[in-house]
Amino acid sequence: MTGDYKIILIPLLPLLSFLLLGLFGRKYLTKSAGLVGTLALLGSAVLSLSVAADYFFVTGKVNGVYQPITVLKHTWLAFSPGVSIDMGFLIDPVSVMMIVIVSFVSLMVHIYSLGYMKGEERFATYYAFLSLFTFSMLGLVLSCNLFQIYMFWELVGVSSYLLIGFYFDRPSAVAAAKKAFIVTRFADLGFLIGILILGFGAHTLDFKILIERLTTHTPELKTMAGTSFLGLSALTWGLLLVFMGGAGKSAMFPLHIWLPDAMEGPTPVSALIHAATMVVAGVYLVARLFPVFAISCPGALHVVAYVGVFSSLFAAVIACTQTDIKRVLAYSTMSQIGYMMFALGVSGYGGEHGLGFTASMFHLFTHAMFKALLFLGAGSVIHYVHSNEMKDMGGLRKYMPVTHITFLVACLAIAGVPPFSGFFSKEEILKAAYQNNFTIYVIALFTAGLTAFYMFRLYFSIFWSKEFDTHHSGDDHHGEGPWTMKIPLLILSVLAFGAGFVPFGNYVSSDGNALSSEFHLALALPPVLIGLFGIALAYTMYVKQNDLPRKTSELFARIYKGAYHKFYIDEVYLFITKKVIFNLVGAPSAWVDKNIVDGAVNLSADLTEDTSMLIRGWQSGKLQQYAFCFFVGVIGILVIVMMWH
Amino acid sequence: MSEVSLSHLLFLSTALFFIGAYGFLTRRNMITMLMAVELMLNSVNINFIAFNKYLFGDKLDGVFFTLFLIAIAAAEAAVAIAIIINIYRNYNSIEIDDADSLKW
Repeated sequence: MTGDYKIILIPLLPLLSFLLLGLFGRKYLTKSAGLVGTLALLGSAVLSLSVAADYFFVTGKVNGVYQPITVLKHTWLAFSPGVSIDMGFLIDPVSVMMIVIVSFVSLMVHIYSLGYMKGEERFATYYAFLSLFTFSMLGLVLSCNLFQIYMFWELVGVSSYLLIGFYFDRPSAVAAAKKAFIVTRFADLGFLIGILILGFGAHTLDFKILIERLTTHTPELKTMAGTSFLGLSALTWGLLLVFMGGAGKSAMFPLHIWLPDAMEGPTPVSALIHAATMVVAGVYLVARLFPVFAISCPGALHVVAYVGVFSSLFAAVIACTQTDIKRVLAYSTMSQIGYMMFALGVSGYGGEHGLGFTASMFHLFTHAMFKALLFLGAGSVIHYVHSNEMKDMGGLRKYMPVTHITFLVACLAIAGVPPFSGFFSKEEILKAAYQNNFTIYVIALFTAGLTAFYMFRLYFSIFWSKEFDTHHSGDDHHGEGPWTMKIPLLILSVLAFGAGFVPFGNYVSSDGNALSSEFHLALALPPVLIGLFGIALAYTMYVKQNDLPRKTSELFARIYKGAYHKFYIDEVYLFITKKVIFNLVGAPSAWVDKNIVDGAVNLSADLTEDTSMLIRGWQSGKLQQYAFCFFVGVIGILVIVMMWH
Repeated sequence: MSEVSLSHLLFLSTALFFIGAYGFLTRRNMITMLMAVELMLNSVNINFIAFNKYLFGDKLDGVFFTLFLIAIAAAEAAVAIAIIINIYRNYNSIEIDDADSLKW
């Protein structure tokens, strides 16, 4: 296949840019670092689009079904015949869609950062980290086996850590970076164990073979489904643990606590990593193993569905009460990822049943566009106002026309107003939920209303509400931002508007067959109406400053207080770690370490010291004493030898 | 006058060795100690010559070893005197008891 070199170049270009900027950036490329990174990404994005065009329209379809293709496969570590860790690229509709999203959003963020991060002291380092992240994420979505995906998974975690902690002179950023790293690491422990269970059971790590073995009647599947541990089969355990890793990265309840804090990073980073790409890695992982979930282990899929729908509702409620605009967006991200998760959870495999799968991927696609746009818009606002708090904003529509319009487009998209992109993907998700699980459908519908409400609460608070207080900024204010910041907003807003018109089911579906979903007015109407109701509610409460928000919060005082404090999940974690783990595990371990482990070492040192003190007088420094001892010794040995005979 | 026998020579070399050992252990002056070491070396030389003459009369191995020993003794004396000179420069003395800081 002649396109192979293109595929390998897609992740390689950002890697090269990372190496170049990482090694020489701070010294030689302080000004041009942004250009280098952006050009590398431009190359990647163009190649991704051409690979996607190739795959979807030329090479991918065999007999009308999209086939997964593995290219450039190379055996890396061979343990025994049949069991090896390979490196390679897996090309199938989902991964091709992902490389397009990742490289495209990353390109937008690179361009945007040219303006946003201008004058930053560690400008080159910033671009180096961005490139590293893009490389890792592209590698992750192209991975052809579980182990390779795990390696890139960790690389993505590291680059996320580096970028959250980019302003390392702020203690809060350092704490947030550590929190993100530790929480996701903890989840990844589960992921690793899951990989080992699945790999051990299926005797392979390769996705294609693994899925084949675990979905058809093979001895491997029989053993895995038959072995049980604590009431669940080995297969269920493996899948649930893999899902735990995915839930950690995708900020699903209860592993979501790192995501709101991760907003300490630069805003374009939040747009790229914590909105559009990295946080959907968990969804991607479940989608990657979807046939196994759907065919062999529906129980695990139910867990995915309920975790997803709960996270979605939970985050939406919190988002209504937050005042930091980036945190609102963070909870909104969590809520939308919950949507994708439960869409996968309610889906079946193949044909009409696979609607949830397609809907989930579709929502992933549209969400990446409008959420990146929302974050970049929020970045512009923060750039202008120099604050994250809603109370410092208001009436900005006159001062930031481009940001205002693009932000509005994104808000309409996420609220699911037709014909914006979010409407189409959300409609499909809700349809899939309606067909499979009515409880989930109702919760999701309610969440859709909440989504519209909190997004427009955000929108009205920023751009309408009270007049923006301009006197402190003066005439020399830098204005809305340079063109490098506006262009990505405009491009993304076009996509956030139009992405919904892509006939997505034709390209991405659970089994590769084209899936056309009919449009049901009866199913499409409720989410739109409830969305419009949410917008209207937000309009009455926030378009002008008034008493309504306060009164409402008093009406729902208990819920409001709980949601405002994020339902005390952080406090629960602190209680568990500080009180329970530190006191019950940490303190005894410390005691054992101090008294027994260190004690043994100290004892041997003390013994040596005491003995040395006892015998050190023998080292008199008098040469003739030594010589005398030597003579006496030799003669003594001689006498003994002679008496022996 | 009777012939000099092997035991006479061994007696001589043993006496010489212990005189040297005694001198090495009791004298405080390093030069004298060096001389005592030379005495011990020479007693070994005598041993070599004696055994060579009385036990292996048709060979010359013992004589060669003696020549080696003389060469080594010369080298050893040079090194030892160099050490003594350095000690003298540092301690202003060639008394062995004064150079006792290498302890503990």
